[in-house]
Amino acid sequence: MADVAVRQELAGGSLPARDILTLLAPSGVRREDPALECDLDAGAAARLWEAMVIGRRLDRAAVALTRQGELGVYASSAGQEACQVGPVLALDAEDWMFPTYRETVAVVTRGVDPVEALALYRGSAHCGFDPRAARIAPSATPIATQALHAVGFAMAAARTGSSVAALAFLGDGATSEGDAHEALNFAGVFRAPCVFFVQNNGWAISVPIEHQAGNVVLAARGAAYGIPALRIDGNDVLATYAATRAALARARSGGGPTLIEAVTYRMEAHTTADDPSRYREAAVLDAWRQRDPLARMERYLRDAGVLDDARVASVTAEADERAARLRRALQDAAPLDPLRLFDHVYSAPTPLLERQRAQLADELSRMEP
Amino acid sequence: MAQLTYREAVARGITQEMERDPTVLLIGEDVGAAGGAFKATVGLLERFGPARVRDTPIAEQAIIGAAMGAAMTGLRPIAEIMFSDFFAVCWDLVANQIAKTRYMTNGQVTLPLVIRSGNGGGSRFGAQHSQSVESWAMAIPGLKVVAPSTPTDVVGLLAAAVRDPDPVLFFEQKSLYATKGEVPDGEVVDELGTAKVVRQGSDATIVALAAMVPRAVAAASELAGEGIEATVIDLRSLVPLDVSTVAASVAATGHLFTVEENPRLCGWGAELTSVVADECFYDLDGPIVRVTTPHVPLPAADALEDLALPSPSLIADTVRRRIG
Ligand SMILES: Cc1ncc(C[n+]2csc(CCOP(=O)(O)OP(=O)(O)O)c2C)c(N)n1
Repeated sequence: MADVAVRQELAGGSLPARDILTLLAPSGVRREDPALECDLDAGAAARLWEAMVIGRRLDRAAVALTRQGELGVYASSAGQEACQVGPVLALDAEDWMFPTYRETVAVVTRGVDPVEALALYRGSAHCGFDPRAARIAPSATPIATQALHAVGFAMAAARTGSSVAALAFLGDGATSEGDAHEALNFAGVFRAPCVFFVQNNGWAISVPIEHQAGNVVLAARGAAYGIPALRIDGNDVLATYAATRAALARARSGGGPTLIEAVTYRMEAHTTADDPSRYREAAVLDAWRQRDPLARMERYLRDAGVLDDARVASVTAEADERAARLRRALQDAAPLDPLRLFDHVYSAPTPLLERQRAQLADELSRMEP
Repeated sequence: MAQLTYREAVARGITQEMERDPTVLLIGEDVGAAGGAFKATVGLLERFGPARVRDTPIAEQAIIGAAMGAAMTGLRPIAEIMFSDFFAVCWDLVANQIAKTRYMTNGQVTLPLVIRSGNGGGSRFGAQHSQSVESWAMAIPGLKVVAPSTPTDVVGLLAAAVRDPDPVLFFEQKSLYATKGEVPDGEVVDELGTAKVVRQGSDATIVALAAMVPRAVAAASELAGEGIEATVIDLRSLVPLDVSTVAASVAATGHLFTVEENPRLCGWGAELTSVVADECFYDLDGPIVRVTTPHVPLPAADALEDLALPSPSLIADTVRRRIG
């Protein structure tokens, strides 16, 4: 009963519970669903849990580092680990992902060093990693624009005959932008091999989903664009993985785009600069804690016999070690060369920039004692 | 008199106008329950209710479209674009529709609306959240463009903007939100298109806008210690542009410097420079010099951002070397 109530709450009260696809109940019990097949057995699924443990640890470290002034600001993924890990581990090496500022855990899961993933929040660079090597587009801060980039990328990839697919992350708030509409429509028309993964975490800064969309079932929009759509439990990493994997397979085989709405919850403030007590009751978090993506996966893996205390301890230790490395690396960061200010504005500096660069160099030399 | 921060002055100005005129309303992202992304609209939802202070979905075009439509019905909307960089997301509405409606209808449809926006750098937000875009706005005929530097000017110019029959883009400089100043009690109403002389000096005229005003004043104080007395003019408004206040000062000092936060090319100082070169050529005792951010996007790195923006010492050094 309680489960049904929470599921209806998840659905904004307007959708029968069965329409949210789940493969792993909050209790950790594995379910089958004909609409969502998962090819991972418990042994293979353990890496999803490991990535979530590491992701959560690094996320926690990033929040702490913000408080200590080592990062300027940070948008936590806490509670959304299943949405960040499942889709990324469903990607093939050649695929590209198009993240937002929220996706630090996803970026790290793709293999990027946390220090590089946090460069923007650190205030050292806009993009701390090589997008081409990681196959991750630099995260765009204007909301929803990345959906358009992903569609363009996917259309071009399809044109060259490659089997590369694009994965675009979006927030629920982002679906209100004209860009999101145009991206979905383009993808539908051109059958772009693009997967739209919408993390419906209930909030866009202070605006709740009920105030964001007239129909809070964001997956319902797929039909309008001629795009297959799924609504899944975003705190179930088997579901996020399986849904994305199937969507990518369809994209690769010429079946066009898919819209996945993953229903989850933003457990932290919008960013470390936000104060959610102004607009939401902390009590809501309790219901969502019961639906924690890590706890249910751990339960499932323990019951399946692939996880024991020793493995939990060793993965936790590795996560701690990575967090410690992150902390050390941020604290040891070398100062930047000031003249980097002028790099990469154009392919080659214009005469004006050359002059301005020389002026700054001159000022800097005169400032030195 | 009350001591207010620049961000509190925004709320005070909006409150003053909403209390005076029931047709004034506020619409934007996170302006209500959250009190604004920069806490510049705290308390307004509680005071005026959700019919007049409206939180919206994330849709800049719809926000500006709603403001335009509302203005057509005789309301006086204040719309917020959270970061001025996102004018790029709704520029069709601003540049093609709102700016040109009066002109294209022979004055029959007018749009008395205000679009407020957090503008400028210095807050470590990187290239897509830090731009000074007042020169984009200035380039479009039909838009008025205002950028106050003090809490009192925020209140007075916001009131003037709300009461103005034309669309006004009102740039709030993000790096000034925490700054404080005395604001007179009672109604404060200023006039658009008027610059303010904030410091008098006979050796040079330094014209600045928004966050560059306190920096220009700091530079002038530094120069005063060396016997160079500069006039500092806070331009406050780009459209209309108060050329006569600047020209009168240049006639007295013979030297003009502009201090602009925008990247170099086509900043407001270029326009001012050309007018002064044209109209005050024989008053000038030396070349007009513009101090601007180099023609680069603003970096994410704090140390680099500080170097990019005109600093008091760069301003002072520029003046010193030209007239010292
Ligand atoms: C075009 C644009 N408008 C507004 C913003 C300011 N903004 C930053 S994050 C955010 C909320 C986004 O909510 P959502 O898409 O649900 O993602 P979440 O933050 O919940 O992950 C807003 C309004 C922005 N960055 N870009």
